[in-house]
Amino acid sequence: MAFEGLADRLQDTIKKITGKGKVSEQDVKEMTREVRLALLEADVNFKVVKDLIKRIKERAVGQEVMESLTPGQQVIKVVKEELTELMGGVQSKIAVADRSPTVIMMVGLQGAGKTTTTGKLANHLRKKHNRSPLLVACDVYRPAAIKQLETLGEQLSMPVFSMGTEANPVDIAQKAMEQAKEEHNDYVIIDTAGRLHVDSDLMEELEQIKATVKPDEIFLVVDAMTGQDAVNVAESFNEQLDISGVVLTKLDGDTRGGAALSIKAVTDKPIKFAGMGEKLDQLEPFHPERMASRILGMGDVLSLIEKAQTNVDEKQAKELEEKMRTMSFTFDDFLEQMGQVKNMGPLEDLMAMIPGANKMKGLKNAQIDEKQLSHVEAIIQSMTKQERKDPSLMNASRKKRIAKGSGTSVSQVNRLLKQFDEMKKMMKQMTNMQKGKKGKGMKFPFM
Amino acid sequence: MGFMEKFKNTFKQNDREDVSAKYKEGMKKTRNSFSGKINDLIARYRKVDEDFFEELEEVLISADVGVMTVMDLIDELKMEVKRRNIKDSSEVKDVISEQLVEIYYGEDNEEIEEINLQENDLSIILVVGVNGVGKTTSIGKLAHQLKQQGKNVVLAAGDTFRAGAIEQLEVWGERAGVDVIKQNAGSDPAAVIFDGIKAAKSRNADVLICDTAGRLQNKVNLMNELAKVKRVIEREVPGAPHEVLLVLDATTGQNALSQAKTFSEATDVSGIVLTKLDGTAKGGIVLAIRHELNIPVKYVGLGEQIEDLQKFDANAFVYGLFADMLEEQAE
Repeated sequence: MAFEGLADRLQDTIKKITGKGKVSEQDVKEMTREVRLALLEADVNFKVVKDLIKRIKERAVGQEVMESLTPGQQVIKVVKEELTELMGGVQSKIAVADRSPTVIMMVGLQGAGKTTTTGKLANHLRKKHNRSPLLVACDVYRPAAIKQLETLGEQLSMPVFSMGTEANPVDIAQKAMEQAKEEHNDYVIIDTAGRLHVDSDLMEELEQIKATVKPDEIFLVVDAMTGQDAVNVAESFNEQLDISGVVLTKLDGDTRGGAALSIKAVTDKPIKFAGMGEKLDQLEPFHPERMASRILGMGDVLSLIEKAQTNVDEKQAKELEEKMRTMSFTFDDFLEQMGQVKNMGPLEDLMAMIPGANKMKGLKNAQIDEKQLSHVEAIIQSMTKQERKDPSLMNASRKKRIAKGSGTSVSQVNRLLKQFDEMKKMMKQMTNMQKGKKGKGMKFPFM
Repeated sequence: MGFMEKFKNTFKQNDREDVSAKYKEGMKKTRNSFSGKINDLIARYRKVDEDFFEELEEVLISADVGVMTVMDLIDELKMEVKRRNIKDSSEVKDVISEQLVEIYYGEDNEEIEEINLQENDLSIILVVGVNGVGKTTSIGKLAHQLKQQGKNVVLAAGDTFRAGAIEQLEVWGERAGVDVIKQNAGSDPAAVIFDGIKAAKSRNADVLICDTAGRLQNKVNLMNELAKVKRVIEREVPGAPHEVLLVLDATTGQNALSQAKTFSEATDVSGIVLTKLDGTAKGGIVLAIRHELNIPVKYVGLGEQIEDLQKFDANAFVYGLFADMLEEQAE
């Protein structure tokens, strides 16, 4: 597959260094290469990637590997921290002018979603800030662009200012300002025609509109699917118009959205909103941290790590490991382990946080039956202390009693016993194979 | 024939025949001495080592060619370099050329791929793609072109969802001088297409071009709707649609591959229209699409005027792609 997440990409490298106390320079080199590829696959501009990798290398070389994390996860953490920092905090505030109306100008390439975003932004201003915006149709070039904005205005019951396709966009903007003052609209949102950043005539037109209406915000609207060219586009628009923020559209698609990072890196302007669908209420504040995870394609690995850290008692884990080695793992231990997993929250939530889990066969849309978990619990709790320690004591009458006591059937009891036996065998193999190392593919009977 | 010679010949030919002034206009930023630039790159690396390959990798990636395609190319290059025992970077030039040609043109052909139109019978073209790539605009341009060729063209306004989409197609219909079959906004797109087919038949049209609403490829319901539209066409006219054109925005990055895959699954895409190539974006991802999914590019959009749709010329495209990148590298 073309789209592997960073975590998947790092698997092999991580395997090699698991258990090492320190990450060597060679290890870091290998890992940063994978990081680099992951970022490039996510459409982050290659120059931006270069700078990032340099910083990540500096931070990762010689860094002690935290005991609770594997080195690979440590690297992911560094990468994510760097990405999040580069992207900045949540900034969805919209400027308010000292003297009404506040003017917002929407600019961008063709097809980025300016007109739709204009409608969404107007809706947002009214709903969240109780404002009454005037929409201005300055796209006189694209056929039916004015009609599109007017239709959106109708749907929102909001006024749309237009002068047809014969008028000059600069005049339209100016007249619109006059009307807004008369009608006491406190926001004016100007929808401009899509244009290429290299089209000097049309860029000049934007500068004229800017000089005329003196906007408080200039939003560059960018398609989240944009590739390497995002830097050129963002740089040009920013240089010529000094934009104040970015709206990233079509984020409800399955793109990684590396463009977000490129744009932020070259303009240093905040990404304020994200378009999350075709409906007019689907505009959301932009969350840099979520975007970082998305670019890396790693689900929310860090929250998972954090959860595991707070919920799994280190001492208990050590004891468990010892038991696994000596094969003295009992049903009591198993019960305890299950409890710890359950403490981390609903299993489905946990699954959602595992990168790639949604792609795994059988796990896709897996409904983890928490009921089955409680059956397992009940069966174990219906065993005597001796039985829990030594499952070989089991005979037909004991099984019958356990089934009765737990409200299950003998076959269910048998199944659990068999699974438990297999698990012990697997643990033995694992501990022999990689003394005490964290195993892979451990299966719980309830999965 | 070496890569350089091939290019030189192609462009000499192109200049002489003046194949498409528009194409050149659209990509003129990139028309510099191409072979000179590749020499620059090579001159800076006397040895063919890891650094050399890494930089070459970057050059290709910066045009959105796609990481997987680039990795394949680099791997093959490394193998060839080893096999032929090449140590000097000047010798690697020919190897790069050969590999590029193979990846970009495939082994079989280098010809411009024409769209599939029926002789003396109705041809149906279905146009699909994500939001904002330029489907309606491309349809307008294509209608104009076919009309110029003396074809009787009918358009069906299948985008009943986006505000202003029907009106937009109507304007293009007027400009091109062709009829537009439409229903009200919000009606069933399959029904509009059905009407379009009936109208095209009764008017003895040569070509029916069906517009559809833009949709992100991960919206399962919308993709199902599109599959239904295609089924309606199949049912009404055996052998149709004769072309399913996926419109791709040249500024799109790696996601274009996912678009090509998913739209193909739903509608069996037969060709690509690459739009907005008049900007600085190179649309290199179409090479990955060709390489991985074997879907050819049939048209490119090079501007907003009605004439600004050109048949895809792979040589010119690859030229534009690399000249610019190498320019950047040489700086």
